[in-house]
Amino acid sequence: MLRFLLRRLGLIVPTFVGVTLLSFLLIHLVPGDPIEVRVGEHGIAPARLAALRHTFGLDQPLWKQFLDYEAGVVTGGLGVSVVTRQPVWDEFATLFPATLELSLSAITLALLVGLPLGIVAAVKRGSVFDTGLMGVSVTGASMPIFWWGLMMILVFSVTLGWTPVSGRIGDMYDVPPWTGFMLIDSWFSDDEGAFSSAVSHLILPAIVLGTQPLAVVARMTRSAMLEVLGEDYIRTARAKGLSGGRVVVVHGLRNALIPVVTVVGLQVGALLGGAILTETIFSWPGVGHWLVESIQRRDYPVLQGGTLLVASLVILVNLAVDMLYGVLNPRICR
Amino acid sequence: MTLRNGVKGSTDPLRVQGSALALLSFWCRFAENKGAVLGLAFLCVILFLALAAGIVAPHSPIEQYRSAFLTPPVWQQGGSWNFVLGTDDVGRDLLSRLIHGARLSLLIGLSVVALSLSCGTVLGLTAAFAGGVVDGLIMRLMDVLLVFPSLLLAIVIVAILGPGLFNAMLAVAIVMLPGYTRLSRASALGELARDYVTATRCAGAGHLYLMFNTVLPNCLAPLIVQASLGFSGAILDAASLGFLGLGAQPPTPEWGTMLAGALQYYQRAWWVLTFPGLAVLFTVLAFNLFGDGLRDALDPKLRR
Repeated sequence: MLRFLLRRLGLIVPTFVGVTLLSFLLIHLVPGDPIEVRVGEHGIAPARLAALRHTFGLDQPLWKQFLDYEAGVVTGGLGVSVVTRQPVWDEFATLFPATLELSLSAITLALLVGLPLGIVAAVKRGSVFDTGLMGVSVTGASMPIFWWGLMMILVFSVTLGWTPVSGRIGDMYDVPPWTGFMLIDSWFSDDEGAFSSAVSHLILPAIVLGTQPLAVVARMTRSAMLEVLGEDYIRTARAKGLSGGRVVVVHGLRNALIPVVTVVGLQVGALLGGAILTETIFSWPGVGHWLVESIQRRDYPVLQGGTLLVASLVILVNLAVDMLYGVLNPRICR
Repeated sequence: MTLRNGVKGSTDPLRVQGSALALLSFWCRFAENKGAVLGLAFLCVILFLALAAGIVAPHSPIEQYRSAFLTPPVWQQGGSWNFVLGTDDVGRDLLSRLIHGARLSLLIGLSVVALSLSCGTVLGLTAAFAGGVVDGLIMRLMDVLLVFPSLLLAIVIVAILGPGLFNAMLAVAIVMLPGYTRLSRASALGELARDYVTATRCAGAGHLYLMFNTVLPNCLAPLIVQASLGFSGAILDAASLGFLGLGAQPPTPEWGTMLAGALQYYQRAWWVLTFPGLAVLFTVLAFNLFGDGLRDALDPKLRR
């Protein structure tokens, strides 16, 4: 297991260096000088420009700048936002729990609903339920989620008035951010009703972000279960008189989980991409919303640092999924 | 000359009959999948509308009718047959904008897929044939591109290049590149070990001939499937960029851009939100169904 882990870590290093190189080049590919872009149309005195260029190290040769940047990344220095003057890392750390809460809720929803649906479809293969579910699933996978989110707002918030339109919690609640997870913080706060307000704010964004993973999980569970249910050991389990439910869940599902875990792991990138759209629609104060705003404000350090952090996150999740394989199927480690 | 004999032989009547039979059996396998046929039919309609947009659309997509702001669809009170699906906040006919948008969306899908498919195939074949350092470099670069969530990477590229339809298409094409590169490399590596490649090499074929005339035709099936599914991804991503204000700019009737424009007033006028979204959904769905059917018919091994 240790050797497997080390080998995987060895493969990650070049990818990570490549990611830092790409995010470093980003700020240098933007047409014009970053300083001049920053001051905009007001213009700047040549002497001041030179001084600023020197301060930010922009007068150094490119390779030297890259090495400095790399050293900064390794020590956790990702630069400072042009707009708020806050370190990029601090802003990310404040906003990330919101994105994590939303993504975890979405993926939990996808698993809680998608797994049972996929199992039932596989057991009742060829039935109306199966055909219908697969039709809904391919529709869900084709859904433009920015439109889906707006339609949900139109129906549930505007027309029916069931849920709020935006934000993480009602304005009247002042919940101290202990963990950054609104559900947990509001649960422990003294305010009556803070928790239910947090839930009602979370529910629509979670459904919207969870729709695509849900479709994928249901589809994948169905096909993995179909494959497993045809195996000899399932027939043996049935032959020795086990109940149908036990055969499907204990003998079938456990073995069908590996491809499902893979797919869930692969969804993380899509989930973070989807979070950009979902957070923009629901004004959810997370990393995706922050990145889109950074483009509109031409806040390149934020875009650069944020992109790097998100990509690093995907690398880490991929590693974690690989480890999970090792646990689910020890043969892979060898 | 010996290498060309196979091509010459295709005029042989028996062979023509054979390829017609192969096409027929392909169609039969494809037609087994009802969803795929439905998708294909829908795509034919969209294609017709896109090609004939100038004739079919009742109005110009950018002409503003000042007496008809936010007219509801014809079946609602206040609707008029003049604007079947209603008008938007500056009085443009929604149906005409959707029809012209179909033209844009198909064009986006086609250009993005053509660009990323051709570049990806060349890169993948080069990696497979060259091996060693070149292979390593190309594939590590693709690994790096794959680590970024696709929409985020597209956003970053557009942030560098500046917003606009062309830049958005370029960004989506770059995002889709790794898929085609990895797929063509993997298929080419599988083919390179076969005897017929060795035989052609022994007959004196050059690298380029081997790459494009010998190996590539045998790697096409998975690439075609990936490309047909790629259309849906391209249209969806381009619409997302348009929605974020980074793709096509108003008044271009691109579906995602239309949705972004509707954000200010969609709570008063459901039709400006509903119809462009349904257009994106149905088109993407049709491409997905069609691609699935194509995969089942072309490559039974890939069937899930």
